[in-house]
Amino acid sequence: MSVRDVVAAADQLRRGAAVRHWWLGGAVLLFAAACLLPFLISGFRVFQFTQVGIYAIALLGLNILTGYNGQISLGHGAFYAVGAYTAAIMIDRWAVPYGWTVPAAGVLCFVVGFLFGIPALRLEGLYLALATFALALAVPQILKYFDDWTGGSQGIVLSKPEPPPGLPLTADQWLYFLTLAWLVALFVLAANLLRGRPGRALVAIRDHPIAAAAMGVNSALYKSLTFGVSAAYTGVAGALSALAIAFVAPDAFNVFLSITLLVGIVIGGLASISGPIFGALFIQFVPNWAQDISKAAPWAIYGVFLIGFVYVMPHGIAGAVRLAWRRLRRGAGTASGP
Amino acid sequence: MLTRRTLAVVLALALGVALAAPAGAQSTPGVTATEIKIGNTNPYSGPASAYGSIGKAIAAYFKKVNDEGGINGRKINFISYDDAYSPPKTVEMVRRLVEQDQVAFVFQTLGTPSNSAIHRYVNQQKVPHLFVATGATKWGNPQNFPWTMGWQPTYQTEGKVYAQYVLKNVKDPKIGILYQNDDYGKDYLKGFKDGLGEAGRKAVVLEQTYEVTDPTVDSQIANLKSSGANVFFNITIPKFAVQAIKKAHDLGWKPLHLLNQVSSSVGVVLQPAGVEASRGLISTLYLKDPTDPQWKDDQAYKDWLAFMQKYYPDGNTRDVFNVYAYSVAQTMVHVLKQAGNDLSRANIMKQAANIKDLALPMLYPGVKINTSPTDFYPIEQETLVKFDGERWVPFGEVYDAAKVR
Repeated sequence: MSVRDVVAAADQLRRGAAVRHWWLGGAVLLFAAACLLPFLISGFRVFQFTQVGIYAIALLGLNILTGYNGQISLGHGAFYAVGAYTAAIMIDRWAVPYGWTVPAAGVLCFVVGFLFGIPALRLEGLYLALATFALALAVPQILKYFDDWTGGSQGIVLSKPEPPPGLPLTADQWLYFLTLAWLVALFVLAANLLRGRPGRALVAIRDHPIAAAAMGVNSALYKSLTFGVSAAYTGVAGALSALAIAFVAPDAFNVFLSITLLVGIVIGGLASISGPIFGALFIQFVPNWAQDISKAAPWAIYGVFLIGFVYVMPHGIAGAVRLAWRRLRRGAGTASGP
Repeated sequence: MLTRRTLAVVLALALGVALAAPAGAQSTPGVTATEIKIGNTNPYSGPASAYGSIGKAIAAYFKKVNDEGGINGRKINFISYDDAYSPPKTVEMVRRLVEQDQVAFVFQTLGTPSNSAIHRYVNQQKVPHLFVATGATKWGNPQNFPWTMGWQPTYQTEGKVYAQYVLKNVKDPKIGILYQNDDYGKDYLKGFKDGLGEAGRKAVVLEQTYEVTDPTVDSQIANLKSSGANVFFNITIPKFAVQAIKKAHDLGWKPLHLLNQVSSSVGVVLQPAGVEASRGLISTLYLKDPTDPQWKDDQAYKDWLAFMQKYYPDGNTRDVFNVYAYSVAQTMVHVLKQAGNDLSRANIMKQAANIKDLALPMLYPGVKINTSPTDFYPIEQETLVKFDGERWVPFGEVYDAAKVR
């Protein structure tokens, strides 16, 4: 098994350069399609795809933590909530222009995540999952408690950001492009981070912490930083969601959101950069399809979808796509000769 | 390369403008000669899924209406989506209803946060947002939100009813109040104080609050007792209501105990608190309670039971939510009938704001629905009920909160 892995890794390294070329081409094509999309579909669909983009950012954040670094979090809904409320409070109480609230939410969530990551260092696997689960349970209650700031259970109503004057876009399209810009920037950043030294350190900590320490990786620092970066991504997503929905309330950030995010990264593909996009498409659209199929038991249908996906694609959608791609190339390779 | 990309961007923008321009030409969305589309969201899953039965009972009632020929020859197409009580999901589903399914209007969307999330959207789109399923007071604001209307008595209305009762029946009242420190509690408190009026407000000797995260309200009850209050307005959710009733009983404090309707469930609150401790509690009612034996031979109750058995056999016939759904659906049908053949959004809203003395079979006798262009609170009357150790017994007249406004 391990020998085959090594061979596969060597193989991948050899083809690395060519693959990266293809990747780049694919990404540019995808980006072009994403730019055209909002002009071809209705406002409601644009809104749905904006949500896909937002979920994708959050999922990428969680994937950095769970997929690459092996720390399981059942509480990322809490960071999503912190991000959303940061944006909402800044806009509603302090009249800050909405554009500033997104990076602010990211920075705040980085700090919160980093601080939470320090005590979490002592917790491994399931224990960390439980601690973060507690975070997800606590946050909606905390939000209701500080009702002078958060508006209590009634939440905060915002106005939807208008496109800058002169741009011939609807509010939905403008939000879509705003989200897309953040998505691309954060994905490029993550891809560079994860493909380089830090990424290898994260994976080493996940796979063999003792070996990683022996190689001189500062495990504690890396883990806390990863928690912070992951929370920052999720916080940015939360802030964008506050802008897109134009309303925040504690009920939107319950435990179910955290679990949905976890479902998203597993279905999309753990430890892959493209996985979050597939995962986001899944968690956005599959519940709606399930509801269209059966009004009586939508979550049963959703469960069937979930089991089906996990069974057919054990490495997530990204893993299946990678496999299909490899087979395709291998097929093409034998056809054209050595 | 660069020019081609510029060209693509320009093309895309032009296309976007072209696509964004039309829409809105259709005069009455969701209405054809044979059909009227009504949109709804309900929490069929998630933490509040107990309310899901409301959506199901409404769908069942519309099926009955359709089986009987529909309204003016039009069948109702009731499209109801699950929002799991999550405001972002409500936004998505309501946009789907309005923009994709092209419903004529939105009806009975459930939950205060969920409706807050779509409040501005439906009003900007000028889509009627009728008879929303929440007791908050903010839905009756025709000046700023002319497209949104509630249905059930609001928390403020209920507060006013208690105030009227106290003013009329308690000589020299000393009032103690316990309320949850949030919008729900404050809504009740405001209604109660408005009802008491300038003079009556002096009778309030002590106000105590609790946070929803507090473990108990024991010390608040002790404080209220020592304040010498002889009237206790208990504005608490079920968990704290149980504690408050128990503690007051244990301390031997026997005020006139007014319990808000939120916690009036016999099974969830009164029995856990102890029936002895709960005897004599006063609360309110505006629907016929299906568990009350006095309606056993009532024709309206029998009709309702027959409807439940035929169209919603899985539904619980002891659940007052199903009476609620039946009555609110009848209100909707009344409005549509009154609108005649002009089913434009503006006319539907106009008719909803023009209901005169509508008495529905399962409303408590004497409770009537009234609206006007300035009054977006359909039900403002309630009757008081007293707990006799077994069930809530209605007593006295029907109180009208509109009269003290």
